[in-house]
Amino acid sequence: MYVLIVGAGKVGWNLARELINKNHEITVIEAKPSRYATVEEELEHAVHLGDGSELWVLERAGIERADLVIAVTGDDEDNILICQVAREKYGVENVIARCNNPRNLQHFELLGVKPAISATDLILRLIEHEVPQYGLLRLLDLPREHLEIIELEVAAGSAAAGRTVVELGLPNGSLVISILREGGGFVPMADSEVKAGDEVLLVLDTTLEDEITSLFAAPAGSEAA
Amino acid sequence: MFVLIVGCGRVGSAIARTMLSEGHEVSVLDEDSEAIARLERGIDRSWEDMGGSITVGTALEIDALLEAGIERADAFVASTDGDNTNLVIAQVAQRRFNVRKVVVRVLDPARAAWYEGQGLQTICPTQKAIEMLEAAVREEAA
Repeated sequence: MYVLIVGAGKVGWNLARELINKNHEITVIEAKPSRYATVEEELEHAVHLGDGSELWVLERAGIERADLVIAVTGDDEDNILICQVAREKYGVENVIARCNNPRNLQHFELLGVKPAISATDLILRLIEHEVPQYGLLRLLDLPREHLEIIELEVAAGSAAAGRTVVELGLPNGSLVISILREGGGFVPMADSEVKAGDEVLLVLDTTLEDEITSLFAAPAGSEAA
Repeated sequence: MFVLIVGCGRVGSAIARTMLSEGHEVSVLDEDSEAIARLERGIDRSWEDMGGSITVGTALEIDALLEAGIERADAFVASTDGDNTNLVIAQVAQRRFNVRKVVVRVLDPARAAWYEGQGLQTICPTQKAIEMLEAAVREEAA
């Protein structure tokens, strides 16, 4: 596979190294002469000096025959533009863009540049997983379908504790798919009871997350378990 | 009409002053809080007193664009010093906010030409200079 990487920062350089080890053909484009000189010592002819958002620089690097273009510069507008011309002007099928500021993700989406990878966003998601709020854990995210599967701990004194599944009165667009209790788990029936300390798995429309979380959370003012 | 100008350098500030003097409503967005000095140069009234408005913020930030009034803009001028920034925000203005008139300053003739073909109205000062210089040289040959 021929991969064109724009930006020889830490991300671009390491990607290039890994992909070369996997026997792919790589060209890296770097605009800063000092950085270029450093990277060139290792990658030699595989790194080009130039502004990767200039069309002739991309053409000189063979963008027309690239199977994949990866834009990982430190500037989101550059990464968007490079991926946009790669796809729309040069017909490159696969692009990957780095999004430096997660607030710019909407621009990548609007202009059809995807996937856009934001390290900040990834770390924020990891923090959410590692330090779950109200014992909420996102097990599966289907953003395109607006669905997710979450795991929630049933807090003592919560609205849900001590009720049967049907009594929970869950909103349309959500469903309890299992209850985990004392090291085991089962798929509940309508009359299965939800107990404090249980962990429940739910599939739900992402917009219902707050409403559902509050059902299983300890009442305000009480100490979380 | 309501004109939003993003990037208040030599070009942006000049357009802003002209549009305001022609009686249009003008809003300017620039990341540099000193940019307002260009709008007030040689005039003893403040930009706001003259009826203009200015927002300090980054061109790519949606919040800054909203604060500057992009939702009700009739015309949008992208004139920051970055070609790629201009091309991205112009597309945001056109596709997301459906601004009727969007013009983009692009210094690189190659990018200007390609995006022009994609439906953006681009103005390339470099290309204009090339044509004028070539014409001036040709006069000698004639």
